[in-house]
Amino acid sequence: MVEVRNTERELHRLRVRLAVALLVVLGCFGVLGARFWWLQIYRYADFRAQAEDNRIALVPAPPSRGLIFDRNGVLLAENVSAYTLELRPMRNARLEETIDALSQIVEITPRDRRRFRRLLQDSRRSESVPLKVKLTDDEVARLAVQRFRFPGVEIRARLFRSYPLGDTAAHVLGYIGRISMDDLARLDDQNRLAQYAGSTHIGKVGVEQSYEEVLHGRVGADEVEVSAGGRVVRTLSRTPPVPGSNLVLSIDIRLQKLAEELFGDRRGALVAIEPSTGDVLALVSRPGYDPNLFVDGIDPQTWQSLNEHPDHPLLNRPLRGAYPPGSTYKPFMALAALTTGARTPSDTISDPGYFMLGTHRFRDSKPAGHGTVDLRKSIVVSSDTYYYKVAYEMGVDRIHDFMKPWGFGQLTGIDLENETTGILPSKEWKLRRYKQKWYPGETPSIGIGQGYNAFTILQLAHATATLANDGVVMKPHVVQSIEDPVTHERKRTVPKESYRIPIEPAHLHLVQEAMAEVNRVGTGRHAFAGAQYVAAGKTGTAQVIGIRQNERYDARRVSERHRDHSLFIAFAPLEAPRIAVAVIVENGGFGAQAAAPIVRKVIDYHLLGKLPEDMDEELLPGIVDEAELRDIPEDIEAQTIAVPEAARP
Amino acid sequence: MTLHDRVSLWRRVRRHVFVFDPVLTIALAMLVALSFVTMQSAALDYDGRMADHARNLFIAFVAMWIAANLPLQWMQRIALPAWIVGVALLVAVALFGDVAKGARRWLDLGFTRIQPSELMKIAMPMMLAWWFQKREGAHGWADFVVAGVLLAVPLALIVRQPDLGTAILVFAAGFYVIYLAGLGWKVMLGGLVAVLASMPVLWSLLHEYQRQRVLMMFDPSSDPLGRGFHVIQSTIAVGSGGVWGKGWMHGTQAHLEFIPERTTDFVFAVFSEEFGLVGNLVLLGIYLLIISRGLVIAAGGANVFARLLAGAITLILFTYAFVNIGMVSGILPVVGVPLPMMSYGGTAMLTLGIGMGFLMSIARQRRLVQT
Repeated sequence: MVEVRNTERELHRLRVRLAVALLVVLGCFGVLGARFWWLQIYRYADFRAQAEDNRIALVPAPPSRGLIFDRNGVLLAENVSAYTLELRPMRNARLEETIDALSQIVEITPRDRRRFRRLLQDSRRSESVPLKVKLTDDEVARLAVQRFRFPGVEIRARLFRSYPLGDTAAHVLGYIGRISMDDLARLDDQNRLAQYAGSTHIGKVGVEQSYEEVLHGRVGADEVEVSAGGRVVRTLSRTPPVPGSNLVLSIDIRLQKLAEELFGDRRGALVAIEPSTGDVLALVSRPGYDPNLFVDGIDPQTWQSLNEHPDHPLLNRPLRGAYPPGSTYKPFMALAALTTGARTPSDTISDPGYFMLGTHRFRDSKPAGHGTVDLRKSIVVSSDTYYYKVAYEMGVDRIHDFMKPWGFGQLTGIDLENETTGILPSKEWKLRRYKQKWYPGETPSIGIGQGYNAFTILQLAHATATLANDGVVMKPHVVQSIEDPVTHERKRTVPKESYRIPIEPAHLHLVQEAMAEVNRVGTGRHAFAGAQYVAAGKTGTAQVIGIRQNERYDARRVSERHRDHSLFIAFAPLEAPRIAVAVIVENGGFGAQAAAPIVRKVIDYHLLGKLPEDMDEELLPGIVDEAELRDIPEDIEAQTIAVPEAARP
Repeated sequence: MTLHDRVSLWRRVRRHVFVFDPVLTIALAMLVALSFVTMQSAALDYDGRMADHARNLFIAFVAMWIAANLPLQWMQRIALPAWIVGVALLVAVALFGDVAKGARRWLDLGFTRIQPSELMKIAMPMMLAWWFQKREGAHGWADFVVAGVLLAVPLALIVRQPDLGTAILVFAAGFYVIYLAGLGWKVMLGGLVAVLASMPVLWSLLHEYQRQRVLMMFDPSSDPLGRGFHVIQSTIAVGSGGVWGKGWMHGTQAHLEFIPERTTDFVFAVFSEEFGLVGNLVLLGIYLLIISRGLVIAAGGANVFARLLAGAITLILFTYAFVNIGMVSGILPVVGVPLPMMSYGGTAMLTLGIGMGFLMSIARQRRLVQT
């Protein structure tokens, strides 16, 4: 009996516990049910979005860069397809060993390694960095076979910028280089970072830089489905990239090359402008360099040799070299004197060969002086005394106020970066700069383009062009039009006049004709003998070091780098000028000696198509048939040839 | 042979063939169907996995059938030896076991490798049920203490391996028996309080990776690509399934490799992504059906052993289902617990099959006297 009751009680107790257990089970499943509700209903939209986020990725399709042509259609910058060997540092723990192993398969030079290391420092972590570029088909084949040994090593077909004419117009074109951290920061500030997804290069200097936004184009995107490991499963949609627009420069590349050749080994700068439009026909900086060196990433040694070369080939002289203009300043000084009324056309002085100020004797370059000199003669024979005097009488500030609208000491606004303003001295300037007041004794040298005057050749050419254009100022520019890559529709960038300088036509003509006389009977007569047109010009000789009061200048005794600079400005033809030029040959001696002959040959070519006798026609870039140019492919997509699978996260 | 003999032969055969409990069988059949369908999708890029899974299901079915045929006395008789063998094997593992992934869990027998702790999952409840059967009539506190020791010894060996996940499951299995046997409510409450109070101490005893798992449960975004990855991706899978799911074979999280372990521990994520809330509720419903039936069978068991064992097996099944689904949904830390009948894994399925078989056997051999 007890047993039965015990069993009953035990059964009952068991059943109670089973019931409790069932309740707990129901409770737990209830919790699960609540969780499901929360995940699948309440937060459904969120999770759905995350699932989509996971599986969909946007792969950028970088645009192809715009081409650059000269005004006649000669190709100056293009994109060439080539294979590169690239490493992804994030996935390569032992880079040196990987490189060593790769060098067993293809040749890897020390230069390649140096450049690779330098690029590595400046790259984003996830980027692949090129080790060897422009692989031959044979090299590609050998590498592709071995690629399984090298995860994180890729062979890519990339578009490379190529400058077929090498160092011609290097300073105008500039170059592109790999995007650095600084570039990224700058793009971010401009809100343009998104456009550079998938891009590796950006314009660094020159037109490549100043027109970067136009040349770059607009990035496209592939919407792809990816697995967790980043493997692309399929493409869902595609927004094609918009290729960059092409640039047509105002530069005449044959003129440019001619001018560069005329310099020879000498250092200097030349700027030629079309006065009526502001088109820059040539912008020469010597010595130059080959921009192709920079495209793959320049190796440190080459960079150093360019950077530290005593002749500074990387320096853009026309824009950044500030020189005293010397006697080329005199025509402008003459205009200043006429406009301010300090002189009339018929006023004369007696030029004994010096100008006395107190006890200081300002010497004329011709020790005996030029006798009786009026304004016209002062330009033709380049009388220093005349201009010492007129400068002193005008005072530095009146000179400053006249010269400023002509662009001296100002930015010309050319469409290249990093112009320098140079120095147009004034009392206020000196106070600001040296915390000293202006001494009247400093003014006479201003009149002959020495003293504190420091202008760029671009400014000088610009002023000359304005003079040729009768005082109508046209903003100088190197890009003439922007060409739509698909429709080939061209849009002119300029020109319209910036402003007009209020000046008497009679004064202008007087100075212009005096300058024509310079080339007929004056200091420019040797250079312009036999010219088939009338050209206006002015020689200039800028002192590099001061000559002591009683000493004479003897070029042979002074070391080359202390010799005077040779300058020349000109425009032609006198009636309706089509070209204005300013040249400096550093340490070239007298203006007539080195600079003027270059200008003569440049104008001969531009106006007459005539080449110097000793120059080979073949030297100049050929003009290509327009039809041939259009064969250049406009939308080359960078393809990846051999990429190993990405790892799982 | 007489007519009588032939009839009884058929009846004997029939008795052994039709041992299946109808409710359980239907529920299990539905579960197997879901398992098939889900594995097709989950194992899409896995060569041969589907075939292996089908094979495992078949083996489990056979094991279930054999177990369903075992008489109760037989089950009772092997309980103690099974437990002893289990402990011995665990000791052998501790001494000679293979180390894999920082844990010593496997024993190499030459022709195959076994994991004794898996065996313990069945042997433990059987052993304890046997114990309480032996002490039937008067369950004094001494009996419970002995039960506790019987539980603790193998448990300690498993914890040492270390295999916290299995240890917890073995403990649960044993605990359920002890609970059903009549462990005092106050004792359980006291035990719960003690565990809660000693949380800090327990926390410090955990290995780093175990702690990480708990932390990941609370904030998986703190390590989204590393340790938090499983949890984040599986909750995305579950959540993005919505009410109706993305459709069979259309799970993007699953097919794009965002769910690691998608054929094993995380197969529920695949199921949930493709069949949505509706599918989830159906699955819970099936499990609930099996559990309810199991508890009813336990209530009607022939003796103490039968009742305790049936109850424990049922609650163990519940534990697996709840912990796995909870883990995949992100409300429990990640532990290696498979989803019954759905996850790929031969041993677990075998154990489950045997367990279900025992339930059916117990169901058939009901008490002769009803109260």
